[in-house]
Amino acid sequence: MGKTERKTTLRSKDEKSLIVALKEAQNKLGYVPQELMVELAQRNGLSLSEIYGVATFYSFISTKPAGRNVIKICKSVPCYLKNCETIIKSVEQETGIKPGQTTTEDGRFTLQLVNCIGACDKAPAMMINNDVHVDLTPSKISQILNGYK
Amino acid sequence: MPKKRIVLRNCDTIDPRQIATYVERDGFKALKKVLDEKAPELIIEAIKASGLRGRGGAGFPTGLKWELARKSAGDEKYIICNADEGEVGTFKDRYILEKDPFTLIEAMAIGGYAVGAKKGYIYLRAEYHYLLDTLTNAIGQATENKLLNHFDIEIREGAGAYVCGEESALMESIEGKRGEARYRPPFPPTKGLWEKPTIINNVETLMNIPPIILNGAQWFSQMGTERSKGTKVFSVSGDVGRPGVYELVLGSKLRELVEDLAQAKKIKMVQIGGATGRILPYDMIDTPLSFETVLGAGAVTVFDESRDIIDIVYRTMEFLAEESCGKCVPCRQGTEAMVEIMRSFSRGEGQKKDIRLLEELSSAMALSSMCGLGQAAPTAVVDTLKYFKDAYENRISKN
Repeated sequence: MGKTERKTTLRSKDEKSLIVALKEAQNKLGYVPQELMVELAQRNGLSLSEIYGVATFYSFISTKPAGRNVIKICKSVPCYLKNCETIIKSVEQETGIKPGQTTTEDGRFTLQLVNCIGACDKAPAMMINNDVHVDLTPSKISQILNGYK
Repeated sequence: MPKKRIVLRNCDTIDPRQIATYVERDGFKALKKVLDEKAPELIIEAIKASGLRGRGGAGFPTGLKWELARKSAGDEKYIICNADEGEVGTFKDRYILEKDPFTLIEAMAIGGYAVGAKKGYIYLRAEYHYLLDTLTNAIGQATENKLLNHFDIEIREGAGAYVCGEESALMESIEGKRGEARYRPPFPPTKGLWEKPTIINNVETLMNIPPIILNGAQWFSQMGTERSKGTKVFSVSGDVGRPGVYELVLGSKLRELVEDLAQAKKIKMVQIGGATGRILPYDMIDTPLSFETVLGAGAVTVFDESRDIIDIVYRTMEFLAEESCGKCVPCRQGTEAMVEIMRSFSRGEGQKKDIRLLEELSSAMALSSMCGLGQAAPTAVVDTLKYFKDAYENRISKN
């Protein structure tokens, strides 16, 4: 299969978009395993590195296993002005992990610091999975986290 | 100048889950009108005459964009609604989508008819997944009511990438690829999604279409300044008493927005347009908000006197370095170099030559980056060097 032909495969609008497929796996498994990337590469006539390139480009797709609940605390300027640092500290204390880490014994939480999630009017804000939590204070954190098992 | 609700006219008035409440307020009347008149050229003429310009930040004339797409050869064309609102400090589209999804759908159907597109995409940012249900429901109700017979709307969710709000990166993403900017020309109205003629408009831009069709181009063009017609929706956050979404006639003063409406006090500076937006000192608070002056996508972040300018610019550059797609050198390397220099200033270890270096780097990035991200990335540095040079000079190492 020639190179031009391969590009066309990716461009085909009739097929399910590669990103849609990657996101489905992400939602189901919490990450995109390498076997799936190999399979997608074969199915789409692409190299594994191309699939890997797409998967690692987007922050909502992960190639490493994550916790059952992914905490994304906004660290952008509007949340920073509303003391997101104290929220980060509070979440770190509650979960015992630092940004980028996953709780090891139970795999319950992964903590990430992210850019603007569009809740600046109710800053500081964070997302847990697809839920948005706003107007945060350190004292609210424990109760919010209790809702995610 | 007054507050005026055109884009937000239905927010908190209709029930975003009940199409009947939208229809009661002249909903889908504009679509019916254009389908009855069967003169797509007239729609485009009206949009051109209204003076409507893109609300995503770039301000390209909407009618002209539509005309270019209409005149492009081919039967297969697309309309995309850019709902990848990722600019730091922007949340107006979230507010609009949450409260009035129907106007957007009607506008896309009108746009589709005007340019000859049978398919539309809404590219929704991943962070707004919780709005998916509202949008899907609205499209479903419009379809059930046989309002979208000529037109199909599909929602594509993003996967977390700031740069995908940039139109060419967004189209790459819909095609299933890395969201990297494309070389232009060709521009989307000639070769866009899957290399077919495509119009891509911001949520807020589209929200203006049905009112313009119903009330006429002149009604719209009477509002605003010479080159900025209609209203703008602003997202105000930071050091203000009442953060939120405000719609003002274009040309209104920054003071009215941040002091009168959002209740800011002791302002040091205001950033308008998010991470790549302009920064104005308090003594420019009477600047009118328009395409001629400052606007962007309408993110307005207010900083009071307690804030450290160097710290804010450093954080802004960190953000841009993280979100640069990495395709072109000036943006990829330039943002990283700026982060390093800003870091040294933030530690009080700046060098005198760093100021000149920042200036040189800024102009190189603005001139040679491939897309708006890199071209506008140095803005915070450029503006603070212009208005707050002391802040830099005070952080130059004494050693």
